[in-house]
Amino acid sequence: MTSHEVQRLRIVFAKRGSLVYISHLDLMRAWERALRRAGLPVAHTQGFNPRPRLLFAAALALGCSGRAEQLDLYLEQRIDLRSAASALLAQLPAGLDISSITEMDLTLPNLPAQVVAAEYRVTVEPAIQPAEFQQRIAALLGSTTLPRRRERPDGVRSYDLRPLVQELRFAGQEHGLQVLSTRLQADGQATGRPDELMAELGMARQVRSIERVRIVLKEEA
Amino acid sequence: MTLPPSLERVLTGVSKPGRYTGGEWNSVSKSWDSTRVKVALAYPDSYEVGMSNLGMGILYELLNDQAGVLAERVYAPWVDMERALREAGLPLCSLETRHPLRCFDLLGFSLQYELNYTNVLTMLDLAGIPLQANQRDESWPVILAGGSCTYNPEPMADFVDLFVVGEGEEVLPELVRLYDRMRSAPGYSRTGFLRAAAAIGGVYVPSLYRVSYCGDGTVAAIDPLEPGVPARVDKRIVPVLPPAPSRPVVPFLEVVHDRVAVEIMRGCSRGCRFCQAGMVYRPVRERPVEQVLDAVERQLAHTGHEEVSLVSLSSTDYTLIRPLLTALLDQHAGKRVSVSLPSLRTDAFSVELAQLLQRTRKSGLTFAPEAGSERLRAVINKGVTADDLLATAEAAFRSGWQRIKLYFMIGLPTETDDDVLAIAGLVREVQALGRRVLGGRARLNVSVSTFIPKPHTPFQWAAMCPPGQVAARQAMLQRELHLRGVDLSWSDEATSRLEGALSRGDRRLGAVIQRAWELGARFDAWAEWFRPELWASAFAQAGLDPQFYTRRERAREEVLPWSHLSAGLSAGFLWEEYSRARLGEAGDNCRESCAGCGVRETFDLSACPVTLGADGRAE
Ligand code: SF4
Repeated sequence: MTSHEVQRLRIVFAKRGSLVYISHLDLMRAWERALRRAGLPVAHTQGFNPRPRLLFAAALALGCSGRAEQLDLYLEQRIDLRSAASALLAQLPAGLDISSITEMDLTLPNLPAQVVAAEYRVTVEPAIQPAEFQQRIAALLGSTTLPRRRERPDGVRSYDLRPLVQELRFAGQEHGLQVLSTRLQADGQATGRPDELMAELGMARQVRSIERVRIVLKEEA
Repeated sequence: MTLPPSLERVLTGVSKPGRYTGGEWNSVSKSWDSTRVKVALAYPDSYEVGMSNLGMGILYELLNDQAGVLAERVYAPWVDMERALREAGLPLCSLETRHPLRCFDLLGFSLQYELNYTNVLTMLDLAGIPLQANQRDESWPVILAGGSCTYNPEPMADFVDLFVVGEGEEVLPELVRLYDRMRSAPGYSRTGFLRAAAAIGGVYVPSLYRVSYCGDGTVAAIDPLEPGVPARVDKRIVPVLPPAPSRPVVPFLEVVHDRVAVEIMRGCSRGCRFCQAGMVYRPVRERPVEQVLDAVERQLAHTGHEEVSLVSLSSTDYTLIRPLLTALLDQHAGKRVSVSLPSLRTDAFSVELAQLLQRTRKSGLTFAPEAGSERLRAVINKGVTADDLLATAEAAFRSGWQRIKLYFMIGLPTETDDDVLAIAGLVREVQALGRRVLGGRARLNVSVSTFIPKPHTPFQWAAMCPPGQVAARQAMLQRELHLRGVDLSWSDEATSRLEGALSRGDRRLGAVIQRAWELGARFDAWAEWFRPELWASAFAQAGLDPQFYTRRERAREEVLPWSHLSAGLSAGFLWEEYSRARLGEAGDNCRESCAGCGVRETFDLSACPVTLGADGRAE
C-alpha cells in the first residue's frame, strides 16, 4: 500500500568515485536524504514505518561503479521535470551524477521486474598476454557448465555460472590495463556476478575496477 | 572525488570501506594551499562511533566557519584497515583532502572514553608521528586533546602536548589564533607556543608540570616547572551556549546516532554523586526554545534527516520542555519527522512527554533508578522512589509501551547484598505489573553496570568494589532475575577494572598504555577486541598494580593525580558530599536549593542554574 502516486520518474545516474565504497543500503539512504533536502513531494509507503517510494533497478555490489544506474521515483504531486532536476542536482553528493530524468507510465511493471541483464566493463592488471586472455575467454565460452560455489551469509550455495554469461570479450588495453567486457544475466531467476566471472577466469586478484555500464531492461532486450 | 589508486587497492580488502572515503554531504574541503592553519579533528574510535559525537560536529563547523582555518576529520581505522595501511605503507590521512595527518598544524583528539586510549597511539603511529611528546620537534603537528577524559588526562600526559579542560568552543579558536600569530613570527618554537598556550584559561600543558611521588606510590606534589604556569587549571565554560551547528556532516554509513541532534541544555541539576557528567558539566544552561526550534529546522533542511534528538543529560528537567515539544511538533506536523528525547526522568510526566512524541511505541522507554534500595539511592543522591518507578512503569505499560529498559549499577559505595537483592525485588515488581497490564507481551531489559568512581565526583576517593564481590553480585542477580520477559545484561568485569584504573590513574600509566598498545591492544572498548591479558602484562612490565588505582580508598589528604585541574567544584563540597553519602543523606538538586558546589563562584555567575522563565527568557 502506498500513498497517492501521481507521477513516476525514471532517474538514470552514475555512482562513482568514493561512492563506489558504499553499500546499496547506504546508497538508498543517500538518495532518500537528497530527495528530502530537495523538498520533492515523494510518495511514501503506508504503515507504521512509511518509506519513500523509490525503486532501484538492481543493487550494485560494493566496490563496483555504475555508469547508468536506474531508479524509479514515485511522487504524490506532479512536478515539472526541469525543476525536479535542478532541485535534485543541488542536493546530490559528489559521486552521484544524474544523466537523465524521464517521466514513465505509472501502469508499467515496476523497474526491478523489468531487468533482464547487466553489462560490465572490468579492468585488470596485465598478468598474462592478451592472447592467453582470449584463450581463457574462449575456453570459458566453450564450456557447457561452470559449477561454482559461493559463500553467502546463509551458507554455501552451488550454482552454474555458464548460462549466466551472455557475452564475454576481450576489449583491448587502456592505460596499461586490460579491459574485459561482459553481459551477465540479471533477472528474477539468477544474477551473474562479475567478481565470480573473474575468479573463474583465474584473474580475481588482478581486477582493478568493475563498472556496470548498462542495466538491460526487458523492452530493450 | 576520485580516490588515489593506492588507497583504492587497500579499500577493496577491508570491511566497510566507506568509513575511509569521506565525501559526505556537508563535509568541508577547503583549499589546502591557501588556508593558513590546518586542524585535524581525530576521534579514536570507529567512524560509526566518532560520527555520532556531538562535540566533534560542533568544533568542525565552528573552525571551518573561520577564514584562514580548515578542520578535517579522521577516525581510528578498524583493525583490518590498520593492517592494510601498514602492509601498503600508507600513512593515515584525513577524510576531506586526504592529507597525511603529519601535514596538519594541530591534531586534536577527542577523548571521551578511557578505553579508546590505545587507538590514539595507533593513529599517531600510522601517521608516522612519534608517540612521545618529548620526541617531537617543530616539524610535527602539535597534539591536542579535549573531551571528558581530560578531567584526568594524566595517563595520556606522555603522548599529548596540550589538553583542553572543559568546553572547547572558545578555547580552540583562541589556540588557533595564537598558533597562527606565533608561527608566522620569527623564532617560532614548539615549546614557546606551548608556554604561551598555557596562559590561556582551560589549557593544560603537562610537560610544564613535574609530578613527584611518595614512597608508597601516591602523588606527593604536582608543581609547575616555570613561573607563569598556573598551579591550578580551571576548566573553561561558555557562559552562554553558542548557536547549535547548522550543517552536520551526513554519513553514508549507518552510524550509531544517525539523526539530527540538538543540545537543549548543558549541565544537570540533579547532583547524582556517581555521575561525572553531572558534576563536571555544571552549571546548567538551557538553550532558549526559539534557538532550539531554529537549529532543528536548519539541520533538517541541510541534512535530509527524518529524526531529531533533543540532547541533554536530563531532558525532562528542561524548564520549558512541554512548550518546546509542542512547538516542535507543530512546526513539523505532516512532515514525517520523528522526535526523540533521551535521558528521561523516572516520573509520569516523562511518560506523558514520550507519549506526545511517539506515535508508535516500538523503541521502548528507558529509566535509570541506578540502585535497588531507597537507602542506596540516598547514598548516590538519585532521588527516585520505588513508587515513582512503579507509577512510571505502569503509565508506560498502559500507554502501550511493551518494552521498558531499566539501568542499575552494582558495586556502589556502602552497597551490601541486600541492596542488590532490592534490585531484583524492584524488577520483579515491575515485571509483575507489566504482566498485569499487558500479559505476556510485557518485556523488561535490565542492564546492570559496574560502578566506577570518577575524578571530580564525591566518590573520587572511594575504592571500587572487589572483583570477586562484583562477580558474586552479578551471579546473584542472574539467579534472582531468571524470569519470563526479563532480559538481564551486565558489564564486563575486566573492562570496568581497566576503565577504573585509567580514569583515576597518574602519569605513570603512560608506560602501561604504550606497552599494552605495543603488545597489540586495540579497540579495547569493543568486547570482540578487548584482551585483558595484554593489559595485565603491561601493568606488570611497568611495575604497577592496577589495584593500587582501583581498590584503594583514598584519604582526604592524598594528592589526587588530577588535583591541579579543577572542574570549578570546591574540594570542600565534594568531600562534604562524600561524607553525607556515607551517612546515607541525600543531597540537593540545584533547581531547588544551591548546594554551594563552587561553580557559581569559580565562574562568577550572576545566576545558577541558568534556566528559562515561563516567558522564555533566562531567569
Ligand atoms: S553553584 Fe549551586 S546551583 Fe550552581 S551548580 Fe553548584 S550547587 Fe548547583
